[in-house]
Amino acid sequence: MGELKLMKGNEAIAEAAIRAGVDAYFGYPITPQSEVIEYLMAEKPYETTGMVVLQAESEIAAINMVYGAAASGKKVMTSSSSPGISLKQEGISYMAGAELPCLIANVVRGGPGLGTIQPSQADYFQATKGGGHGDYHLIVLAPASVQEMADFVSKGFDLAFKYRAPVMILSDGLIGQMMEKVILSEHTPRWTDEEIIKISPWATTGKPATRERNIITSLDLDSYRQEQHNIHLQKKYKEIRENEVEYEEYMCEDAEYLYVAYGSSARIAQKAIQLGRDKGIKAGLLRPITLYPFPSEAIRRLSQQVKGILSLELSAGQMIEDIRLSVDCQMKVEHFGRMGGVIHSPAEALQALEEKIIGG
Amino acid sequence: MKDEISEIVNVENLVYKKTPLMTDNILSYCPGCGHGTAHRITMEVLEELGIGENTIGIAPVGCSVLAYEFMNIDMQQAAHGRAPAVATGIKRTWPHKIVFTYQGDGDLAAIGTAETIHACNRGENIVIIFVNNGIYGMTGGQMAPTTLPGMKSSTSPYGRDVHIMGNPLKMTELVAELPGTRFVTRQAVHTPGNVRKAKRAIKKAFENQINFKEGVNFVEIVSNCNSGWKMTPVHSNEWMVENMFPFYPLGDIKVDGELVNK
Repeated sequence: MGELKLMKGNEAIAEAAIRAGVDAYFGYPITPQSEVIEYLMAEKPYETTGMVVLQAESEIAAINMVYGAAASGKKVMTSSSSPGISLKQEGISYMAGAELPCLIANVVRGGPGLGTIQPSQADYFQATKGGGHGDYHLIVLAPASVQEMADFVSKGFDLAFKYRAPVMILSDGLIGQMMEKVILSEHTPRWTDEEIIKISPWATTGKPATRERNIITSLDLDSYRQEQHNIHLQKKYKEIRENEVEYEEYMCEDAEYLYVAYGSSARIAQKAIQLGRDKGIKAGLLRPITLYPFPSEAIRRLSQQVKGILSLELSAGQMIEDIRLSVDCQMKVEHFGRMGGVIHSPAEALQALEEKIIGG
Repeated sequence: MKDEISEIVNVENLVYKKTPLMTDNILSYCPGCGHGTAHRITMEVLEELGIGENTIGIAPVGCSVLAYEFMNIDMQQAAHGRAPAVATGIKRTWPHKIVFTYQGDGDLAAIGTAETIHACNRGENIVIIFVNNGIYGMTGGQMAPTTLPGMKSSTSPYGRDVHIMGNPLKMTELVAELPGTRFVTRQAVHTPGNVRKAKRAIKKAFENQINFKEGVNFVEIVSNCNSGWKMTPVHSNEWMVENMFPFYPLGDIKVDGELVNK
């Protein structure tokens, strides 16, 4: 059993990174996620585990530092919030193209533009559909608790190295800022140089006479070879969709109505379901834990059982498109969500179910 | 006569051969361009210092985007202008490896200005090789941050009007002012003498990286772009001497962390 602590979500990511044997964190301050780098700088892991912590001159520089270290086989991560994640998209696209494992945490705030510093889930499209240029996807994990903020760090790296792909933790200002108890895992040592060469034989670690040179690039000017590379990437995303879907069901056994919600909205939906059950409304929750790959099969299965689905998101309705695709638009799927950093209450979430699904 | 030559030209008498740190791939550069020479002397330095197996290079976006096809070492290709940040990521996590970037003027002095300045200001222990030919070569001869006043390019077809298009940027003088740079020099590769000087400078840059824990070693190579300048190779080198060198004077600007007094 690990250590029990009361922590902010942002601090949990930072502490989990030290404990997961992460080699480097490169970041740039932005509200509401600055506690990640502040915690790391205060903890000084470079004196204990040898983990590098560096404040870059911009989010662009930070993600490119991640690129360099990841391309050399290191376990490396960055974090930011919405406007900063937009700046990182160039680097993320390059990393997807060059097939580099890394972890990116997005503690989402309201947008568009500079928006606000309060929580939002309006970066769903950006996170799950690619975000940068080109045909690619990130593996996207959606924590709904401080515990999951911690747990998804090592889970994210496992997936990143399994598929040689960037992984994103998509949380929001609510999960990042709130304090909860969290059980921290034991320390995993950082990989040795020999382990890195064994785990990532493709990495640029210096070319010995015994092998050909390793090249990390996303460029191929031969369009037929570039097409082959794209086919390879799409095969990988198919494999991810087939093997890595994760979700959680809450009170779905007898549910007549279904909320689909992730992250902080899933927490709000749980309370709304309890309020509804007090009034005799049998609702359940499907909480996607992976947003890419999306739990379409589970939603399709539950759609056979329920009379309607409400997508609850802190946005104008983005995930709802994936829910509608999951059920081929064969059933009533509606959206409810506050925007711009306003958080919906459980009562509002229940009222929306009653008006848009039950009464609608 | 023929027999005499064949006696002389044989393997035992070779005084020069291509470094194995250059691949056999055919260079993608235009005939007459300085990039090939800059590549070769960089790789010769790595070979002479015996650090080829321990070195990671970073190719930019621009004419030298495919540098990894020619340099027979582990290489990464970076997004446009981001090579110093990529180098930082490698060097910070592999401090005992040798790391260098190879960048052009559009990459280093325009889109990558922030990454260049801040890597230099942090004093990253890396080598930056900066090939300045005053033009965007790969995209077809557009104006670069280093294009001279009055110089014609496809996006300054009547000559660079500094009142509208701004002034050329002397990145090398600029980074020399930063406390994080150890060795800053400007060289050229258009004559055998200059090639030897440039190679000595590159060697010093890598030796510094080996011998010290911090400090950027920055080597600018002023070069020609006969295609982009729309000149013959010979004429482009003459034009470079007459026009580029007065604006971008050759020589050491900072040595051992101290500005050179001129």
